[in-house]
Amino acid sequence: MSDTIGGDAPLLTTPLHALHVELGAKMVPFAGYDMPVQYPLGILKEHLHTRTAAGLFDVSHMGQVRLTGPDAAAALETLVPGDIQGLALGRTRYSLFTNEQGGVLDDLMISNRGDHLFLVVNAACKEADIAHLRERLAGRVEVEYLADRALLALQGPRAAEVLARFVPQAETMKFMSIIEADFRGVPVLITRSGYTGEDGYEISIPNLLADTTARLLLAEEGVEPIGLGARDSLRLEAGLCLYGHDIDTTTTPVEAGLNWVIGKRRRAEGGFPGADVILGQLANGTTRRRVGIRPDGKAPAREHTQVTDPSGAPLGEVTSGGFGPSANGPIAMGYVATEAAAPGTPVHLMVRGKPMPAKVVEMPFVAQRYYRG
Amino acid sequence: MSTIKFTKDHEWIRIDGDVATVGISEYAQKQLGDVVFVELPEVGRNVVAGKEAAVVESVKAASEVYAPAAGDVVEVNEALADDPALVNRDPMGEGWFVKLRIENLSDLDDLMDEAAYKEYCEGLN
Repeated sequence: MSDTIGGDAPLLTTPLHALHVELGAKMVPFAGYDMPVQYPLGILKEHLHTRTAAGLFDVSHMGQVRLTGPDAAAALETLVPGDIQGLALGRTRYSLFTNEQGGVLDDLMISNRGDHLFLVVNAACKEADIAHLRERLAGRVEVEYLADRALLALQGPRAAEVLARFVPQAETMKFMSIIEADFRGVPVLITRSGYTGEDGYEISIPNLLADTTARLLLAEEGVEPIGLGARDSLRLEAGLCLYGHDIDTTTTPVEAGLNWVIGKRRRAEGGFPGADVILGQLANGTTRRRVGIRPDGKAPAREHTQVTDPSGAPLGEVTSGGFGPSANGPIAMGYVATEAAAPGTPVHLMVRGKPMPAKVVEMPFVAQRYYRG
Repeated sequence: MSTIKFTKDHEWIRIDGDVATVGISEYAQKQLGDVVFVELPEVGRNVVAGKEAAVVESVKAASEVYAPAAGDVVEVNEALADDPALVNRDPMGEGWFVKLRIENLSDLDDLMDEAAYKEYCEGLN
């Protein structure tokens, strides 16, 4: 997710806009869209509800893209460090578009649908991503932007039970897998994945049927609509990166601690943008590293808060920070010099000019509870 | 008899003699959402009218609370340290922030009374 906001351009809306307004959402500009930041329940309760029952999120602003061509997986591998040729049919993988400097252009989900690859990219990056795909894969792959599809996320420990009432086979789907299914007569694509650290699904659905489907899910006991505010606090607790904040063109996958994204074969072969930099860092290490940080006190440390050592020498900066409702306290992630990246390292956070004691900690802040079958 | 006045930034100030209690309005707490942390000034600090006196943090963001009038901080609401949500539950009462010994009552002349503030908020919606 990202939140670059375009100047005075009129805001776009998703197919669920009328529903958000009807539900009493507070709407804000996000990545060029008029999106719900919270509903009357409020961020704190929406967050906790998602961790205990099920939350429905409108993520239709994200870009859905289909790549077609016999050579699509090999072609896409020229833009991402993941093993896409090794991605089994019906499986989904998290990956990154890298640039020649080893920086991250966007993060994305890639699913193998057999005759094509299905991609979900960030809203703020989608135009650039599609242009990048079209330019770099010209002649090899057909790149189709699925502007006619909405995307709903159903997340939380009760998500499987709720979705199974409509799509029974959803209940036994593996984590990070994709199926095509019938949802009350509507053809949908379902991946078992999400951005909350909980079990859950993302459901790709034709725009025209999104409102009806969302209402059906919201009518189920245990399901509440959840806005972008709680989406952000949920993903931060889960230790997941927000593009444009925790990862961007100035951070490499290795600095971000996303080494697992780089496939084994790709480490040996290279062949993705910035491979020399990234593989060099895998071999030799980096000077800084993304870490979790937990303030000792109660004051949240927000994005761009300076991180220093206890003597005041600069170590880095917070890239995401706030209050974790389930962690029940302030939490942050950011980049620090590698020598200070070990869990337990005491650091200071400069909050409003005052040094606040904090510690480097392991992430996630709240245990991930993905479905492992 | 106490008087209550409001600022355009949604602070309230209630004057009892030469001590005034400061907090944020019902409108402000609604806009902020769930308050998770409040940073209060030290007792004894002198605050300047229109300048930062406290910071209130919701899940999403930090917001400054400005002093409606100049004065010395004589007391802060210690209860907010353990229960910042008091600001949401009772913004005009138990969710107060600081008490000030006001220097010039004339600082309050330009602030809105309850009726004017109500009208002001309606104009914002």
